[in-house]
Amino acid sequence: METRELKRSANALRKEIVTMCFKSKAGHVGGSLSSIDILNTLYNAEMKHRPKEPNWPQRDRFVLSKGHVAESLFAVLAQQGYIEKEELATFSAFGSRLIGHPNNKIDGIEMNTGALGHGVCVAVGMAIAGKMDQSPWRVYCLMGDGEQAEGSVWEAAMAAAFYKLDNLVLILDRNGLQISGNTEEVMALQDIRLKYEAFGFNVIEIDGHNYEDLMAAFTIARHTKGKPTLILAHTIKGKGVSFMENIASWHHGVLNEEQYEQAIKELEEQE
Amino acid sequence: MKKANRAAICDALLERAKTDSDLVIVVSDSRGSASLTPFAKTYPERTVEVGIAEQNLVGIAAGMASVGKKPFVASPASFLTMRAIEQIKVDVAYSNVNVKLIGISAGVSYGALGMSHHSLQDLAVLSAIPNIRILVPADFIETKKMMEQIMEDTIPTYIRVGRNPIEQVHENEDFDLKIGKAITLRKGNDATIIATGEMVKTACDTSDLLKEKGIDVRVLDLHTIKPLDEESIIQAAKETGKIVTLEEHNVTNGLGTMVTKVVCEHAVCPVKVLGLPDESLITGESAELFEYYGLVPDKIVPVIEEML
Repeated sequence: METRELKRSANALRKEIVTMCFKSKAGHVGGSLSSIDILNTLYNAEMKHRPKEPNWPQRDRFVLSKGHVAESLFAVLAQQGYIEKEELATFSAFGSRLIGHPNNKIDGIEMNTGALGHGVCVAVGMAIAGKMDQSPWRVYCLMGDGEQAEGSVWEAAMAAAFYKLDNLVLILDRNGLQISGNTEEVMALQDIRLKYEAFGFNVIEIDGHNYEDLMAAFTIARHTKGKPTLILAHTIKGKGVSFMENIASWHHGVLNEEQYEQAIKELEEQE
Repeated sequence: MKKANRAAICDALLERAKTDSDLVIVVSDSRGSASLTPFAKTYPERTVEVGIAEQNLVGIAAGMASVGKKPFVASPASFLTMRAIEQIKVDVAYSNVNVKLIGISAGVSYGALGMSHHSLQDLAVLSAIPNIRILVPADFIETKKMMEQIMEDTIPTYIRVGRNPIEQVHENEDFDLKIGKAITLRKGNDATIIATGEMVKTACDTSDLLKEKGIDVRVLDLHTIKPLDEESIIQAAKETGKIVTLEEHNVTNGLGTMVTKVVCEHAVCPVKVLGLPDESLITGESAELFEYYGLVPDKIVPVIEEML
C-alpha cells in the first residue's frame, strides 16, 4: 500500500479507536493512538498474512507485548477483515470477545498478553522455533516504553541476540509517557538506543508516525543478518487529537461527549 | 529398584524424540540438574538454553508451542513455579499452548540448601490457575506412563518430581495409570491415607505396618492433583470414615486442603493433614526433615491409631 493510502486509513483507525474508548468508557486511548501507525504499516505493508486463512502456517507472527492497547489491534484486525467492524462496538462489554487485552480466541491474535514484559519473551520463542525449522516467516513484537522497566524484557533481549534472531523485529513505541507521568521521571530509560545496541541489536531510530520512515525501517530489518532489530519509534501519546497529545492522563482517560465530538471533528479535518 | 523420576523423564523424551521432530527441551542452566544432559547431547539442535532466566524460559516455551513446537521445560520447581508463575498463568495456561513444565527437585529435595530452594508452595499456587494439569508421580514407572500419555496431547501440564532416587511403589508396569484417577495401592476400610508423589511409598509402608496390627488402611495414590479425583476421595470418606493426607508440601493449601474441601462438601468425616509446617524449616537433608516433621511410617502409625 502507498504511504498516502496508509495515512488516510490511519485516520479511520484513529476514529475507530476513539469511538471504542468513548462508548466503552474503557481502553487505553493515548497509547493506542501512538501505536496505530506502526500497526497500520505492519498489517498493510510489511507482514505476510491472510485474513481469510488466519492459521496459514507461513504467516508472519505479531505479538502485542503492550497488550493494553488492544483496541488499536482490534481496529486493525477489523480493517483487515479478521473480525467484523460491527463487533468493535462490543469492546469491553459484558461477554464480549474483545477484552481489554488481546484474546487469542480471535482469529489473527496469536497469544494472550496484558501482563507487561511477557510478549517479548513469547516473540523470541517464536523466532527461535522459526530459525530451528528455517521457516520463511518473521516475528514482530510491539513493546511500550514503560514496559522497558520489566526485567523479563532484558532476559528476552539477551536471548534474541544470543540466538542471532534476524527474523525478529521488536518495535518500541517510544511515546515518553506512562501512567504516572514522564518515563524519565518514573523510571528512566535513559539512552535506550545504547542499551539495545549493547545487547546486540541493530537499532533503527525513526519517527513512528512517518510512513516512509516506518516502511524503510522494516525493509532495513529484513535485510539485516545475524542480529535482531529494534525499531525505536518516537511517537506522540494521543497522536491526532490535540487535547490528548503528550498528556499522561490520557493513558487511559475517558472521553466525555464534548471531547468525543471534538476528537472526531479534529480527525475528520485531518483527512 | 531405586531410580529418580527425573531420569525416567529423560528416557521418555529421548525415546519420543526419535519419531517426533517437534519435541524440544527448554532449560535454564538446568540440563544437568534435570538429568537432561543425555538429551542435550543427542539433540543439541532441539535443546534451547536460556540461561538463568525463568520468566524468559516459560515465555520462550510458550512462543515455541504457539508455532507448533512441543516444548518440555525443565527447571527446579521452586524457581519455575515462583519466579515464572505469571508466565505460567498468562503465556501457557491462559493462552492455552502445549507447554509441559517439569518441576525438578521439588518439595524438600534440596534439603540443607534451605527454604530458597524448597518448593512447598507449587501445588497451592498452580492449582488456582485454570487450564493447567498437575501431575505428581510416585515412582519412575508412573513417571514413564505419565510421560507417554502427555506426549500424546496438547494440554498445558506441570509434572512435579523429586531429586533423589526413590523406591518403587509399583512392582512392574502391569497396571493402568489414568490421569485424573487415583490408584488404590492398599485395600482397607479402617481408614484411608491419601498421598501424592514420593510420599506414596511412605503411605504404603505405613499401611503395611498397621496391617501387622490387624488394622486395614487403604492407600490412595493421588498422582493427579488437578483434575482432582473427587470420586475416589468421596468413596474413601464414605467407606473408611477416616482420612489422613500425606504430602511433601506446605500443609496450607496443598493436597490436604483440597481433600478436606471435597470431604466437607460431599461426605463429612475426620481428616488429618500431614505435610511440612507453614514455617521456616529446620536445616537438614530430606530424610532428616521427614523424620523430624513426622512424615515417616513409625510416626504416622500412632496418628492413625489415635483416629480409630
